[in-house]
Amino acid sequence: MKDAAQGRRDYDWWLIAILMAICALGVLEIYSATHASGGLEGMHYKQIKWLVFGFIIMFALSRLDYHLILDQAPILYVICLIALVAVLVLGASRFGARRWLHIAGQDFQVSELAKLIIIIVLARFFAEVRSDELDLRDLLKAGMLVGVPLVLILKQPDLGTALVLVPMLAVGAFLAGLKWIHAGIFTLAGVLLVGAVFYPPVSKHLLKPYQRERITSFLHPEEDAKGSGYQLLQSKIAVGSGGFWGKGFGNGSQNQLGYIPVRYSDFIMAAWAEEQGFKGVLLALGLYMALLLRLVQNAQRAKDRAGMFLVMGVAAALGFHVLVNVAMVIGAMPVTGIPLPLMSYGGSATLFVFMAIGLVMNVRLRRFVN
Amino acid sequence: MSYWFRNDNRLPQTRLAIVSYIIVGMIGVLLLGFWKLQVIDSDKYGQMAEQNRVRSIPIIAPRGRMLDRDGRVLVDNRPSFSVLLLRDDPKLVEQYLPAISDGLGISVEDLRDQLQSARNLPKFQPIVIKPEASSADLDFIESHRSDIPVLEMLSVSRRRYLPNGFLAHATGYVGEASEAQIENSNGKLRPGDVVGKFGLERQYNDILMGTDGMRRVIVNSIGKEMKDMRLDQQDPIPGKQIQLSIDMDLQQVAEQSLGDRPGAVVALDPRTGEILAMVSRPTPDPNDFAVRISAREWKQLNEDPLKPLLNRAIQAQLAPGSVFKIVTATAMLEDHNIPESFTTYCPGYATFFGRQYHCYVYYAKSGAHAHGPTSLHDAILKSCDIFFYTVGMKMGIDRLSYYGDKLGLGHKTGIDLPSEETGLMPSQEWVERVFHRKWYAGEAISVAIGQGAVTTTPVQLARLIGGIASGGVFKQPHMLKDVKDVPEERFSLSEHTIDRITEAMYGVVNEPGGTGGRLKLAGIELSGKSGTAQVIGYNKMNLVKKGTKFADNAWFVGYAPKRNPEICVAVLVQESGQHGGEAAGPVVRDIVKAYYDKKNGVKSAPGTVTADGRTTSPMSNTAVVAPTVAIKEERAPAVQTTPANADGNDQ
Repeated sequence: MKDAAQGRRDYDWWLIAILMAICALGVLEIYSATHASGGLEGMHYKQIKWLVFGFIIMFALSRLDYHLILDQAPILYVICLIALVAVLVLGASRFGARRWLHIAGQDFQVSELAKLIIIIVLARFFAEVRSDELDLRDLLKAGMLVGVPLVLILKQPDLGTALVLVPMLAVGAFLAGLKWIHAGIFTLAGVLLVGAVFYPPVSKHLLKPYQRERITSFLHPEEDAKGSGYQLLQSKIAVGSGGFWGKGFGNGSQNQLGYIPVRYSDFIMAAWAEEQGFKGVLLALGLYMALLLRLVQNAQRAKDRAGMFLVMGVAAALGFHVLVNVAMVIGAMPVTGIPLPLMSYGGSATLFVFMAIGLVMNVRLRRFVN
Repeated sequence: MSYWFRNDNRLPQTRLAIVSYIIVGMIGVLLLGFWKLQVIDSDKYGQMAEQNRVRSIPIIAPRGRMLDRDGRVLVDNRPSFSVLLLRDDPKLVEQYLPAISDGLGISVEDLRDQLQSARNLPKFQPIVIKPEASSADLDFIESHRSDIPVLEMLSVSRRRYLPNGFLAHATGYVGEASEAQIENSNGKLRPGDVVGKFGLERQYNDILMGTDGMRRVIVNSIGKEMKDMRLDQQDPIPGKQIQLSIDMDLQQVAEQSLGDRPGAVVALDPRTGEILAMVSRPTPDPNDFAVRISAREWKQLNEDPLKPLLNRAIQAQLAPGSVFKIVTATAMLEDHNIPESFTTYCPGYATFFGRQYHCYVYYAKSGAHAHGPTSLHDAILKSCDIFFYTVGMKMGIDRLSYYGDKLGLGHKTGIDLPSEETGLMPSQEWVERVFHRKWYAGEAISVAIGQGAVTTTPVQLARLIGGIASGGVFKQPHMLKDVKDVPEERFSLSEHTIDRITEAMYGVVNEPGGTGGRLKLAGIELSGKSGTAQVIGYNKMNLVKKGTKFADNAWFVGYAPKRNPEICVAVLVQESGQHGGEAAGPVVRDIVKAYYDKKNGVKSAPGTVTADGRTTSPMSNTAVVAPTVAIKEERAPAVQTTPANADGNDQ
């Protein structure tokens, strides 16, 4: 089949503009957070390099028909599982977790790739469900598809990335016609699980000590002088002290003096909020909302259900990232190590976002093809 | 390509719409969260950010200096550095303890102890781990600024006192404020503040102590000071200096003349009440209370039987011995019950109320063992006990007590030094109140010669003798120069009485047979009265271990000129075993001579007129050790000499 996705006007330029605006905020804040501290200067250049690389990959991926990709879903799934097992066996260990595979001189976080593949696998799976309603058997199958890699990622351990798989499944199932009664039951189950995590007598059977520590310090930040409770508190101080107008670019004391933990990465929103204030937050979150709504719009105009699932899988992943990261920055969720898409510094995470958006463009470019 | 997706374009538009509502809702909730932090609670977090980044480091205000009456420096300050440990981050502190221990030479246990004792203080408040940093310590801190971020230097100014305990009891010393002092200061004092603990340092603490300033610096998250970011600075207000009435030259003579003998010297100007010299022996060197005196050293000083922390000039309450005869003589002349012409015959002993009392002359090593017929003038001159026993018996305790009280015995003089003692003027009322018994008439006999229960402090005697010679005007002794409206007490004495008493006291020094005969100074009307007081009554002596030696306390209170004196000096030499005229008299003479030499412009090299020939100058020794910073608040206990309530009666 001839590639029929043509013409520049068929690209979603609005989406690209939003994307670039968010990336610009990220680069600005990475510069502000690192330019004055020894050893971190020049980080924004590295980030720009990743962004450029990301754009190239995104456009490349958009040229490849997503049906071809979906065709390969079973093989991709197997590759994903092998990589996840490989990382557990061979992966480089950092900060007590095995998450990185050393390939061609670069460390890659395999779970980022896994997220992408699960989006593809789920899109293929839900597209093959023929009825308007999703019955329990199909739901369980989908759950199995997600469950295996999820457990492997948890083993690394990388709770944050593992959790991202859940909303992908949830959104996919919801759009595939999940019965309301099932939706209710699963929501209830989810609430109970979250409750259990926060209830120490139960959580000690479910979570690793460091994870429980994070939960504890989230609930009682003042008891934890320099641990993650301290991080959350410092983040809240940064955000709160920014006020409505912010302290100005490069003037955030929490940011510049290093009180915000990993201020150029996971907590970049705290640095942004401190220096740019509520008005800056309004801009940033507005851009993220625009991005997500634009993705939904792309899904609504997809040519087929497969395309819609693909786009919505990406939306679910990004939306969850934004929710969990930003909620953490304002102290409303425990520290999970989930970066803020496109703003946080980091190669693998940035590449994942661009590849995911590449898939979305792919779907859009082919909406008129038949 | 497979065709599994063919003909499948039924999209769940409703559910997609629901998802977009969820997205909007989610962003809305997050924005509400930001609104709460950034708009509603913004002030609170703003303050927290400020506390994070700003660290306040105190700038210690120097204490005011103390000058002598001619403006010479008696007490000043010297710059020094303390090492601070920043405790904001306990984990960080714990991590660096071994390195700090190595670098500063403090054991890890010691550091832990210090941290432990400061555990109740707020974390942001650093603690002093080494009050006196050597230059090696400073180098260590400076060179490890980046890798040991929990150390800081604090520039302090330390008290510098003259060496060898010069004027030490009067100046006192400083130390860290005790918890009680902090509580009573209405928030003016904070833990670690240096305040006066004793002597003038304590008395005039409010004047001497300045107000510490504050340097505010910006620190990063690992506690490193950001030198390029400066904040406003609150400058310290230095303490005010005080000018003492002490004359450094006289003080020096007094110090050297008393030497190392336990005792005290008070020299004052009866016209104004100004204290010209004040010595107490033995003396600690306040510079030696190093920077932080150890509990053991402090205990040692406190338990030393010689009680070096006691300011004997105002705190030693001892039997005045024959100096008291001036009170008895004044009482006799003023009361008129006993005619002025009254004489006794002194055979060396006499019997009162069935007990035999001896005159000191009975035990004389050479010469006559009796005074023979004795008038009031001779009795003062030769200090005849038998005369005054008789007078005391005839007058009774009520009259003696009345005059003693009026002349200031049993009361504080009101000198501007803390912890002055009252001494004791016994009376019937006192005996009944304290011992719940009747007064024995025989007790008045001992009191009349300054034994028995009567005790006085050196400053009381200087005030008393000086006041009588000034015609019954008693100026309140004080340590500051040029004080206006000095409180005074007047006790109306007849001109005749004053004349007789001063003539007799002039005779003590200047007439043949006087007990101070060797003290005569050409061209100076040195007058005075000696006293030789038993430390313990002879009847009590049998109760204590045989062979325990109790030497007599020697007193001499001298003044010049004989009427309206310019200087009055009371000297106590404890347990010298010598008579007052021998042991204490020369000290008085040295000081009075030095006073007139200075007044008349005679250059006398300091140290040449000392009783024991010491010639050290207090200024020559410059090896000054850091004065005290942390001495726990403890009042030096008063010497409780056993009241010799029976006298020279050997039964």
